[in-house]
Amino acid sequence: MTTETLLTVSDFSVVYDVDPPVEAVRHVSLELERGEILGLAGESGCGKTTLAYGIQRLLKAPAVITSGHTVFHDESGEDIDINALDADAMRAFRWDKVSMVFQGAMNALNPVATIGRQLEDVFLTHRPGMRRAERREECAGLLDLVGVGRERLRSYPHELSGGMRQRVMIAMAMALRPQLMIMDEPTTALDVLVQREILEQISDLRAKLGFSVIFITHDLPLLLEISDRIAVMKDGVIVELASALDLYSDPQHEYTRRLLASFPSLTGERGDFVRGSEPQAATTEASR
Amino acid sequence: MRFLLRRLAFYAFTAWAAITINFFLPRMMKGDPITAYLQKHQSEFNPEAIDSLRTLFGLDSDKPLIQQYWDYWGQLFSGDLGRSFSKGLAPVSEVIASALPWTLGLVGIATIFSFFIGTSVGTFIGWRRGSRADYVVPFATFFSTVPYFWMGLIVIAIFSTRLGWFPASHAYDKGSSPEWSWDFIGQVVAHGTLPALTIVFASLGGWVLGMRNMMITVLDEDYVTVAEAKGLSPQRVMTRYAARNAVLPQLSSFALALGFIVGGTLVMELVFSYPGVGKLLLDATNAKDWPLMQGLFLVITLAVLVANILADVAHAMLDPRTRMMES
Repeated sequence: MTTETLLTVSDFSVVYDVDPPVEAVRHVSLELERGEILGLAGESGCGKTTLAYGIQRLLKAPAVITSGHTVFHDESGEDIDINALDADAMRAFRWDKVSMVFQGAMNALNPVATIGRQLEDVFLTHRPGMRRAERREECAGLLDLVGVGRERLRSYPHELSGGMRQRVMIAMAMALRPQLMIMDEPTTALDVLVQREILEQISDLRAKLGFSVIFITHDLPLLLEISDRIAVMKDGVIVELASALDLYSDPQHEYTRRLLASFPSLTGERGDFVRGSEPQAATTEASR
Repeated sequence: MRFLLRRLAFYAFTAWAAITINFFLPRMMKGDPITAYLQKHQSEFNPEAIDSLRTLFGLDSDKPLIQQYWDYWGQLFSGDLGRSFSKGLAPVSEVIASALPWTLGLVGIATIFSFFIGTSVGTFIGWRRGSRADYVVPFATFFSTVPYFWMGLIVIAIFSTRLGWFPASHAYDKGSSPEWSWDFIGQVVAHGTLPALTIVFASLGGWVLGMRNMMITVLDEDYVTVAEAKGLSPQRVMTRYAARNAVLPQLSSFALALGFIVGGTLVMELVFSYPGVGKLLLDATNAKDWPLMQGLFLVITLAVLVANILADVAHAMLDPRTRMMES
């Protein structure tokens, strides 16, 4: 099972058609195994999010997909070329096969609709045959599953904390039992404790339901902990793709080494942590 | 529910303040137009009418202030706003009641139409930003920047004088009187079409532009992207997610517009000789008809208040966040 491929991205490029044009993603190719957590790391603006949106074809002008294919290998054995789907088929594909959890936990929910309504929207669109009571029960079950609790169905987003909202988003992403979940910095806006809880929840759910995850973040240590494999991205190119352990113990690319070194170690020597080339430590010493 | 009660208490207070100011205003004014008028026309008034005018305009200073204030409220509640000097001493409340339905009907319906059409068009061109639909914007704003009287005259010249499709002025044909018959309703509609159309065209641009700009802002919100990622149909994303949020600021402007309806659109009523509140106020001012002016001010103030209450209720229903806020 684990060696089966779920998603093949080949030669994928996205250009922002502004003046001058920005090549946000350049000839990216990668394969995702079924049930795997693939980490996608890189600094801000390196094209991680653009790649993720591109896979779901959510990019808006001026972004243009200039080359490449994304093929989704469905459970049923069917291969779906995402770039070849028409608008209706694309809408039907979204969320059903691949769902997303977005960066801004605070703004990802419609402020004027209840949580329940927004969860139900998913079923109304993708499972039109479902009966009302069934739908309700399904939504309530989802909220229970992520630990928000079914009594929150009638709450509005502003009545929930940031952590709870992000859990609601995760519940929503799982609604249709998708085979892949793309998580774009799902925990960045949250404090470390809530972040930890949510990550554990994601791992638990994945163990239970067996979906694959593409986890996008700039937080490399976090990825080292949760991912099976990690892709390091810089300026729109994947510079290194290796298992978490290999990447940590034996980074091949210069940039990966710098990225790893840019995080302070808890046990390291004083002055171990130097960003870039400026002698920061010296100036702090002097100003004391 | 508690939110609503708190708002109502607030508005009751505002109404009380407005009426109280209306009570004190003539008492603080220098000069006394009423006494002079009363002396000149003493024979035409009956003693009751003189009493009521004295209360309204603070000429009963022989009584203690509290007593005056009390009398004033008593008079308001019995609907007695004095007698109109310029309308053959008819009760002010009756004079206002004869003009109010025309203004409310015409300007009210036109404003509501304009709001709904403008907001729908704005939603659509905001949704299709950058497409050809954007060409609507300069047209709509052109009509709202053209001086209204000029547009009114052009419309009369084309559709009334030249083409003869609609009558140019008044609310109904000369010689007929208000009654509930199809013939009369037909007349009112025919007479109201041109003024209503010009009001709609003059105000449409604001609604279109406001809604379009809000749509563009809201479309960049994360929840719209999420809705699209969820695979919802474009119509659903546009209405339930984007427009539903973009319309909220429009509501406040709509409430303000509703409040100003009762003030009448003076220019429209002049251009089309429409028998509404705006024209009444102008006539009253020209004729130095103090009781009528005072009565009109009161009605207009209260109308603005009522419109604000409606807006609050609508806002509370459409935006759950306002329900949480302290009054």
